[in-house]
Amino acid sequence: MPAPSTFPSATAAFFGGLKSALTSVFFPVIGGTYIGIGALAHDFGFSAGWLALSSILVWAAPAQVILISALGTGSALIEAAIAVTLSAIRLFPMVVALLPLLRRQDTRLRDLLLPTHFTAVSMWVESLRLLPAQPRDYRIAFCNGLSVGLMGTATSFGFVGFYLAAGLPPLLAGTLLFLTPLSFLMSTARNAQMLIDRLALLFGLVLGPVLTAFDVGLDLMWTGVVGGTLAYAVQRLRETAT
Amino acid sequence: MNAVELSPYLVLILVGFLPNEIWRVLGLLLARGLDEDSEIVAWSRAVATAILAGVIAKLILFPSGALANIPLTVRVAAAVCGFIAFICIKRSVFAGVLGGEAALLIGGLLFAR
Repeated sequence: MPAPSTFPSATAAFFGGLKSALTSVFFPVIGGTYIGIGALAHDFGFSAGWLALSSILVWAAPAQVILISALGTGSALIEAAIAVTLSAIRLFPMVVALLPLLRRQDTRLRDLLLPTHFTAVSMWVESLRLLPAQPRDYRIAFCNGLSVGLMGTATSFGFVGFYLAAGLPPLLAGTLLFLTPLSFLMSTARNAQMLIDRLALLFGLVLGPVLTAFDVGLDLMWTGVVGGTLAYAVQRLRETAT
Repeated sequence: MNAVELSPYLVLILVGFLPNEIWRVLGLLLARGLDEDSEIVAWSRAVATAILAGVIAKLILFPSGALANIPLTVRVAAAVCGFIAFICIKRSVFAGVLGGEAALLIGGLLFAR
C-alpha cells in the first residue's frame, strides 16, 4: 500500500498523478506497446496524425490493434465496429467500479466526464491501487494527471513506432505487441488481492479462449458475466460460511 | 462500403471512437449514485476483471499483426515464464513483463516461421 499523501491544491494533485504515470510500470509498457501499434499503423497505411488521434479518442490498446488491423486488411466497416465494441465492453464495469472511488456527494457530472473517457486498463489498475491513499477532494485531479501522463506516453511512443516501422524486424514487432497481454496479466494479478479478483482472473483466462474456440457470439461479454458472477458467488458463499 | 470511400478520420470516429466510448458513457450513467462498497460495484469489478482476463488470453492465443508469426506454443510458454518470474520476484509486474518478453524473444529466434 502506498503511503497516504496530501496535496495543497488540485493542481499539485494533478502533477502528483502525472508523476505517478511516469514512474508507473505502465510507462515502459505503454511506451513499448504503442511503438508496436505505431509500427502496425504505418504498415497498414494510416497517417501519423490519424494514429495520434486514435490514441486520444479510442484510448484502448486492444481496440486500436483491432481497428487498425481490421481496416488495414479491408474488413467491412460494420464488422470492424462490432469487433471494437466487443473488445470495449470491459470499459463499462471498469467505469462503474472506478467512479464511486472518485466521487464525493456534491461532485458534478461534468467533472466525471474526463475520468470516464480516460478509463482504460492501465489507468484503472493504477487508480484502484493509488486512489484509496489520496484525499477524496483531490482524487479527480490526481486521476486526470495520471491519465494525461499515460495518454501522453502512448501518443508520443506511437510516433516513435510509426517512424521506426520501416526498420523494425517482424520478431521485434511481435515482441512489442506481446507487451499488452503480458502487462495486463501481471498488473491484474498484482491487484488481485482478494479471492474474488483471483477467481475472476482465472475464470476469465479459461472462459475467454474456450468461448472463442467454440465460436460463441459476444464471447467477451459472456466471459465477463459468467466468470465474474461465479467469482462473486464464491466470495459471497465464503463470507456467509465464515 | 469500405474504409477507402470514407475519410479516414470519419471512419475513426464511427468505427473506432463511438463503438468504444459508448461503454464508458453507459458506465458513467449506471455508476451515478452507486456507493463504492455496494454489491453491484463489487460484482462489476469481478466482471471487469474476468473480461480483461478473457482479452489477455485472446491476445495471446489468437493474436493479430506481427505477433501471429510467432508460434502458439512459444507465446503460451513465454506468458507462463513471465508469470513464474512475476511470482518468484516479489510479485513485480516489471520482472514478469521482462521475463515473458525475454522468453518470447528467445523462443521466437529459435522457432520463428
